[in-house]
Amino acid sequence: MTSPHTYQAQAIVIKQTKIGEADKVVTLYTLEFGKLKAVAKGACRPGSKLGGNVEPPNYCLVMLAKGRNLDIITQSQTIDGFLKVKGDLWCISCSSYILELVDAVTTEGSPNQPLFELLLDTLKNLSLSNGDETVLRYFELHLLQHLGYRPQLRRCVVCNSPLKPGVNFFSPDQGGALCSGCNHGEFASRAISIDALKVLRLWQDCDYPTASRVKMSAKLSSELRLLMQEYITYLLQREVKSMAWLEELKTGISVDSDCGVN
Amino acid sequence: MSFFAEPIANLIREFSKLPGIGPKSAQRLVYYLLRNSNEEAKALAEAILELKEKIRLCSICFNITDCDPCVICQDKERDHSKICVVEKPSDVLPLERTGKYQGMYHVLHGAINPSQGIVPEQLRINELLSRLQDGSVSEVILATNPNMEGETTALYLYRTLEPLGIHITRLARGLPFGGELEYADDVTLAQALESRREF
Repeated sequence: MTSPHTYQAQAIVIKQTKIGEADKVVTLYTLEFGKLKAVAKGACRPGSKLGGNVEPPNYCLVMLAKGRNLDIITQSQTIDGFLKVKGDLWCISCSSYILELVDAVTTEGSPNQPLFELLLDTLKNLSLSNGDETVLRYFELHLLQHLGYRPQLRRCVVCNSPLKPGVNFFSPDQGGALCSGCNHGEFASRAISIDALKVLRLWQDCDYPTASRVKMSAKLSSELRLLMQEYITYLLQREVKSMAWLEELKTGISVDSDCGVN
Repeated sequence: MSFFAEPIANLIREFSKLPGIGPKSAQRLVYYLLRNSNEEAKALAEAILELKEKIRLCSICFNITDCDPCVICQDKERDHSKICVVEKPSDVLPLERTGKYQGMYHVLHGAINPSQGIVPEQLRINELLSRLQDGSVSEVILATNPNMEGETTALYLYRTLEPLGIHITRLARGLPFGGELEYADDVTLAQALESRREF
């Protein structure tokens, strides 16, 4: 009898669903193979050596065996369990949103190393964040960039002229900003302030430590949230369910934010 | 065209809807029932009907019961000042089996799962808050599952109940009996270390 083919992968657990008595189907985002689903047998039992290692949003090293239908997780070792994320209501909810978004925008069997690194860095940044939303916006912007949906924010997407300071517009449909002259008829879209445009342009090309130094007013933060939400909803053709929960939490939690007024 | 007589095909279809039962298993069950006496088939049918007619939710703790309030809520011997909050009715049974807990329960009927659209309004959290209004409860034990949804629910409940000034505790987390340290995951081991106690 030949031994089953096994392979290893660095993975971030993005979702799990219980099947049968004590098994789980775990959705992983791996560095080597992109998104894949695998079975963790007996993972619901308290004594299982897999159980705690395949919990979202763990970053772990997994050994998988080729299965007839789904592959089987035979071993898992946690590299980072993101304890701080799991111990804070806002952070755990943000991680839930991030994982749902990754699950929604990716398909199985398409590896994307920059996306994996972005996801890992975002979860690490979330552990260190002070509760503001920069980490989410930065993640959304770069996630879309890695998928080929980087919004055009420097020139008008219709007439290609450089955007002037003042009020411009953002069209999810056209994938970028419009000048005031082109915002009519079929291109009519929401207004975007010059501050929002400047912040997004900066975030598109800088690293996270630089992005997190940007001080924003609550109004600007809210404008960026709505804009990104609209763009993502347009691309997915549905809403990300966890976003509504984050909104609900936002109204209840006095987020310890250092954001000043612009 | 079905190879089965209609009553057989109907029952196979109904059995196939049960969890873990495929068409082949359903077929085997149907042939088993056909071989059995009429009385046994009738007893099974009546048991299913009785289940749906008599079982309901306790109006206090929302556990499944055949009498309202349930046996646990009616029991004067139990400690009514403690409420253990669990996710599902099936979570009550293992806690009862330990024989270590003599307080009350509250079943939420789910856990917060934002990506599935399950939010606090869909759980029995408002009912829990109503139970805590009269000041007779001194401790709430959060016994949600130690996973992402359970953690979110426990953290949310903590945030909601904390202003009421009630003592809030949660089940300790550590190594399972019969388990091995070598295979323990980091989260469990870290929490086992944090919650260590005097020998």
